[in-house]
Amino acid sequence: MGNVASINQTAAGIRLPNFCNLGVMLRSLVAVNLLLAAGALVRAPDFRAAAFEFVALAAFGEPILFASLLALCAGRRWLNALGYARSVAVLALFEVALSGLAWRSFGRLFGDRPEMTFAQVAVMVLVVTGITLAYFDLRARALAPAIADARIQALQARIRPHFLYNSINAVISLIRTEPRRAERALEDMADLFRVLMSDNRTLAPIAEEVELARQYLAIESLRLGERLRVSWRIDAMPADALVPPLMLQPLVENAVYHGIEPSPGGGEVAIEIRRDGPQLVLTLVNPVPGEGRSPAGNRMAIANIRERLQLHFDAEATMRSEATDGSYRVTIRMPYLTTPA
Amino acid sequence: MTLAQSEVPRILIADDEAPARARLRDLLDECRERFALTIVDEARNGREALEVLNREKVDVVLLDIRMPEIDGLEAARHIAGMANPPAIIFTTAFDTYAIKAFEVNAIDYLLKPIRVERLLAALAKARGAGPVSREALDAASNQPRRHLSVHERGKIHLVPVADILYLRAELKYVTVRTVEREFLVEESLTRLEEEFGEAFVRVHRNCLVARTAVAGFERNAEESESGWAVVIKGTGEKLPLSRRQHHVVKQFR
Repeated sequence: MGNVASINQTAAGIRLPNFCNLGVMLRSLVAVNLLLAAGALVRAPDFRAAAFEFVALAAFGEPILFASLLALCAGRRWLNALGYARSVAVLALFEVALSGLAWRSFGRLFGDRPEMTFAQVAVMVLVVTGITLAYFDLRARALAPAIADARIQALQARIRPHFLYNSINAVISLIRTEPRRAERALEDMADLFRVLMSDNRTLAPIAEEVELARQYLAIESLRLGERLRVSWRIDAMPADALVPPLMLQPLVENAVYHGIEPSPGGGEVAIEIRRDGPQLVLTLVNPVPGEGRSPAGNRMAIANIRERLQLHFDAEATMRSEATDGSYRVTIRMPYLTTPA
Repeated sequence: MTLAQSEVPRILIADDEAPARARLRDLLDECRERFALTIVDEARNGREALEVLNREKVDVVLLDIRMPEIDGLEAARHIAGMANPPAIIFTTAFDTYAIKAFEVNAIDYLLKPIRVERLLAALAKARGAGPVSREALDAASNQPRRHLSVHERGKIHLVPVADILYLRAELKYVTVRTVEREFLVEESLTRLEEEFGEAFVRVHRNCLVARTAVAGFERNAEESESGWAVVIKGTGEKLPLSRRQHHVVKQFR
């Protein structure tokens, strides 16, 4: 397996974060304002004065921050193409230019404050920019193993041994009596495992996810027969939407394992995928039979998907799971993307 | 019951998945080349398996662990209370916990997909060895049962734990009270408290009351040393609350 290689790749491939992402923007806002607050505390003689000082600094710093964020979001493809070191250099030049502009246009607005020189302003802006970038760099490094881990985890969480052995057992039982169905089932299993074993770090089209879930369900209905009923509501699904790979199948597997198998009469798994403005919404509902035993496995699969959603989309994706009168519902909202971020 | 070597073993297949049952049938057919056997019936869950046992004489149960409603382990614990229990061979595709517990408690199991050689060996072993003990099965289980079993005239009668109002220890037995009637089970109150402790509350040295069955508390100086009694929902019975357990009153305020 290429795990070691992929970790190295990720560490070497550090680049500017995606500043179009809401989470990254919020983190930048918080980081910069904390630094401004710290600066205000240093400059002011006491806390009361520091509050005023902070307002003054913020009035100066915030326009620079917003302009930088906008530029970073708009120009991120071009910056990424330059490579990390060069894009940081370009950014530094841009920040100096921006602070020059700010200094000239409203550096003198606060007449009663001791005036800052252009050099002071430029150094301050560069230091704040540097610290913020360093924070994102550290965060990316901290998450890099997590991304590699997520892949391994994805692999392990996906192949529930229970499913693997029961499916093999079901296929064996078919070989003598219905060889055609056995062939079909093995083909489905091969496709399923091909995806499970592949590199799952990049986003994949939702249509592929749906196909995978269908193949998985075909294998499961072999074992469960009429106990497993599935309703797909995907007419309004944008087939080109990109999602973290192996997001739907584990959810469906979860639904079958906890919602269908423990019930003698079975039940229905309902899957709905649609677009809601700038968002892709995925809903999965399954029954909760009897006193639901051991939800521990449930939580693990959910936590795993939640983690991977966060790695891919930060704060822009949400995942909610709720149990209400006899049914369990998972709702995932994520940005509707058709090209990789 | 140990099977005499000359007898034709009567086998029951219990599995919730049709292909798994078909596979076992195929395998048992192959076993027929070595010795005669009878497939008594097939069951789709633990409850059906117990129903078959109430109806038919069975020597060996091939019992899947993960089944809906009543799983294999719970069914086995009810079966173990029978006067002449059949031998049990558990089957499972994957169940880390159960397999570890089976190893520790020397309980036989087969891993799916099952090989015919393994099945032959397990059947041969089942014919020689005695039934699995109730203690071993209890030790191997990590879930409380959903039912208590009453064995009357060779039949297994299941009482859902959710229906139980209270459990009261008598000399050798425990009386199980539901709204409709009373049953006697051969269990110890202490073990029942360990197994179902969360759903029941001890009101007296000899009595556990279902938390959902507590209607309230009444002053009742005549019958009880603490001067308090528990009123049972549905039947209106009043059970004495011991002085030592008087603190439970607070849990229900």
